[in-house]
Amino acid sequence: MTPRRVRGLLLHVVLAGGTILALFPFYWMVVMATNTNADIYRFPPKLTFGSQLPTNLRNVFDSIDFFGSLLNTVIVATTTTLLVLFFDSLAAFAFAKFDFPGRKVLFGVLIGTFFLPVGLAIIPGFVIMVELGWVGSLKALVVPAAANAFGIFFLRQYIHNAVPDSVLDAARLDGAGFFRQYFSLIVPIVRPGLAFLGIYTFIASWNDFIWPLVVLVNPDQVTLQVALQQLNSVHGLDYSRVMTGALLSVIPLIVMFLLFARNFVSDLAMGAVGE
Amino acid sequence: MTLSRTAAPVAPKTRPRAHPHRAPGRRRRVLSYWPQYLAISPFYILFAVFGLAPVLFSFYLAFQRWDGIGEMQFAGLDNFKYLIKDEVFWLSLRNTLLIWVMSTVPTLCLALVLAVMLNSVKRFKAFYRMAFFIPNITSVVAISIFFGALFATNYGLVNGVLETVGLPGVAWLQSVWGIKTVIAVLTVWQWTGYNAIIYLAGLQTISTDLYEQAKVDGANAAQVFFRITLPLLRPIILFTVVISTVGGLQTFTEPKVLVGDTAGTGQSGLTMVFYFYRQAFSHNDYGYGAAIAMVVLLVVALFTILNWTLVQRGQDGENG
Repeated sequence: MTPRRVRGLLLHVVLAGGTILALFPFYWMVVMATNTNADIYRFPPKLTFGSQLPTNLRNVFDSIDFFGSLLNTVIVATTTTLLVLFFDSLAAFAFAKFDFPGRKVLFGVLIGTFFLPVGLAIIPGFVIMVELGWVGSLKALVVPAAANAFGIFFLRQYIHNAVPDSVLDAARLDGAGFFRQYFSLIVPIVRPGLAFLGIYTFIASWNDFIWPLVVLVNPDQVTLQVALQQLNSVHGLDYSRVMTGALLSVIPLIVMFLLFARNFVSDLAMGAVGE
Repeated sequence: MTLSRTAAPVAPKTRPRAHPHRAPGRRRRVLSYWPQYLAISPFYILFAVFGLAPVLFSFYLAFQRWDGIGEMQFAGLDNFKYLIKDEVFWLSLRNTLLIWVMSTVPTLCLALVLAVMLNSVKRFKAFYRMAFFIPNITSVVAISIFFGALFATNYGLVNGVLETVGLPGVAWLQSVWGIKTVIAVLTVWQWTGYNAIIYLAGLQTISTDLYEQAKVDGANAAQVFFRITLPLLRPIILFTVVISTVGGLQTFTEPKVLVGDTAGTGQSGLTMVFYFYRQAFSHNDYGYGAAIAMVVLLVVALFTILNWTLVQRGQDGENG
């Protein structure tokens, strides 16, 4: 073998090792979720999948309202995603293609909000929710998240690159106003960008923890992440039970990611590099 | 009708209608863009109500004494005076900074190495990118539960392996450095792939001509990396540093799930956000919680400005 090929092979060995490290937790989660605690606790532990999944599942369903919290999470993540896609793409179109007075300043403000650590607003945010009477309600999760700076920033870039001015000029000559241009021209062209932002928003909403933990005060009406934390704080040492819960909360996202991943990963990187 | 017609101004009424965009005056110009303002308004309204207002309200609360239910009492600088002498606050600041450094430095270094490696392979590239990204979409709660089991003192896999090779087991989640190490390992696992993919996109924008030229000039791999790759990646590296800073200084979920509300042995998992969360929602001390939040905001702002000046200086250096 030539030195060049040896080097190439070595690279793949290292990268394969990295892949194993990245994916090992999922394998090990499945091992723990399909075995008894006795199998996990002994050393060396069982490294293969067992047959205890049905029992472990039943334990999870007995300890937390899994399907209720799953439904809440699906409702919140889906509604948030749809609203974000609509509001962000409308705003992005305005910023990308129209020179209205104040555009620069308004966009600067938008970029500035990136750097505002939102985690700090949870105390007064909670007080505002009390005033609105939204504490304990899913509205408190959806409404504040219905439009975001990242999505507007990303889609503005996308529309700027993907939509030629000539197309819009032609539509304008035909008498199409802003909203008609948006629905008939922009939405079809930006669809791949919307797909990316949709997955991104859905994942972020699905995994959100601190805000649902604070604002969903009724322990029977929570999202999956909060339910998982409840499960862990009560049954923390019952590994096969908590790991089954963790696995259940992770699987839907992984399936979705694998279905759309190819474009998603490169879109994310391009958004960051600003291509 | 007739009267108003004769009294009509010199400029005929039809003119602005025929040419709505010709010198309409600033007010009319603004009005003619009403659909655009309407389109961007949801973000600004939501931000004003749920982003800006809470931060301003936080500022106000920081000067009050309030349990969240009764009357607020003006407290002047009491909360801040208390904070300066509050050893637990300083502990939480120290913990946050230590965890941030222990997580961010290895994450970004490993990500850079990984990106350079990914950039030089041709086969399986899409597969690797996907595999390395999966940790990032996993929920922090689920993965914190997993790492808790992995690093458990008695039945954890890590200690099992250590004992098999003859090393003593470590009480990871019961020791001051152990807790921080587990959080750092978790963060490295979750964020290395994400940053590597961003670096990879940056590497792909660097023209191959530069590398060819360097090879012709007889540069070795290390020289190429430090003289070409690193300087050209600088803006992207600083972008990832800013993102990691804003995220890292708000660490909360990992210690909350790993060691619970006590924040572990010697409160060594107590981060700043964890501390003000606990003050407000477990101890009902909203005023003091808000004061801590204000100081956290200041720390994050300081670090962001620091990063920003580094970016500016870097760019000036390249121009000059």
